[in-house]
Amino acid sequence: MNAIQKHILGIGLMLAVFAIGSSGLVVITENATRDKIAENERQALLNAINMLITANEYNNDILSDTIEIKPNKQLSTTKPTTVYRARKNEQPVAAIFTVVAPNGYNGKIKLLVGVYQTGTLAGVRVISHKETPGLGDKIDDRKADWISQFSGLGLNKPEPSQWAVKKDGGQFDQFTGATITPRAVIQAIKNALHYFEQNQTDLFKEHDKAPS
Amino acid sequence: MTEQYQTIIRDGLWKNNPALVQLLGLCPLLAVSNTVINGLGLGLATILTLVASNGLVSLFRNHIPDEARLPVFVMIIASIVTVIELSMSAWFHELYLILGIFIPLIVTNCAITGRAEAFAARNPVGPSIIDGLMMGIGFTAILVLLGAMREVIGQGTLFSEAHLMFGENARYFTVIVIDDYRGFLMALLPPGAFIGLGLIVALKNVIDAKHAANVVTHVSPVNSAQPEGQK
Repeated sequence: MNAIQKHILGIGLMLAVFAIGSSGLVVITENATRDKIAENERQALLNAINMLITANEYNNDILSDTIEIKPNKQLSTTKPTTVYRARKNEQPVAAIFTVVAPNGYNGKIKLLVGVYQTGTLAGVRVISHKETPGLGDKIDDRKADWISQFSGLGLNKPEPSQWAVKKDGGQFDQFTGATITPRAVIQAIKNALHYFEQNQTDLFKEHDKAPS
Repeated sequence: MTEQYQTIIRDGLWKNNPALVQLLGLCPLLAVSNTVINGLGLGLATILTLVASNGLVSLFRNHIPDEARLPVFVMIIASIVTVIELSMSAWFHELYLILGIFIPLIVTNCAITGRAEAFAARNPVGPSIIDGLMMGIGFTAILVLLGAMREVIGQGTLFSEAHLMFGENARYFTVIVIDDYRGFLMALLPPGAFIGLGLIVALKNVIDAKHAANVVTHVSPVNSAQPEGQK
């Protein structure tokens, strides 16, 4: 082996040593943090659910009492989503599931809705969106309380014709300079309520009998 | 404090500021400087990464083969960023939920590779860490300044959403600078970032030019041989 080859081999070996060293560092950290991160994520999810339905309204392990639903046209979901079922003493209380507003101003708006057995909304939260900062992003509960007005409403409260922004003759405020965003959100919430009404019994079935 | 450290501090904060002079790390700089809090968040995460990567690169500088140094830097930086992301998610989960989106952006910050290459690979660990810290603070200062400009012009507030970073009590940090402001959307969108950064760079150049002129008029009667600009 000549000098150049030796030199190249040396560089390759050092590169390998650094690769092993840096991936080793990541592996060790991943191992040390895995359980803690899973616990944190569980807690964060539980907090999100408890913003829609308070913890004393149910007493089951809501994070385990779930079913998967397939991508659904009415909900505009393109991937399987998880439904969390709240029960009190085995009796269904509410379902918490994802609905997508496909027609936001800047693409999809993902919402988490909670619907009581009565068909009344427990609450709605925006999970992710790309709406314009300062205009459309008022749908985010961290920016404004607009989204909280939906708690307690249902398909017939207000009248179906009132389920729209004021500009379209409905009862909900649009934002200054942004009508498309609230319009999309309201439509998605309405879709979610229709979906719930049609699939209510299926949603609370055992794990293996998920509705499509 | 030795002269070397003074030079490092001056370089990082002003003379060779990564955002204003080297113009490195523009991608994250322009993307998340729309409010003070966002800028501060990205800045803090960048400082942490810069200090750690400069320290490690400097520690191994005699073992890193010259021909393969860039891949080694990239590996070191990428693993540091991952370690920081995982650790934050585990121990500061609330903060992670806010800053989490910024952390992957740090990998795209060439200021970090730049400092590894230009400074840490050639200097001992102590000065390298100080260099990382100062460059990070210099970068953060510009992020916060740009964030403040864009936030005031764009939505008439300062420190909005501080509670995302400092907890519920910080909700009251928000200063409404201009009451009943209708907003100026362009400042919040990417063009506002470019224009704002351009103005800050221009301002720095004006200050430097004034300073240089002062030094020259002040010094030239005594020592006219001193070349301009060497101060």
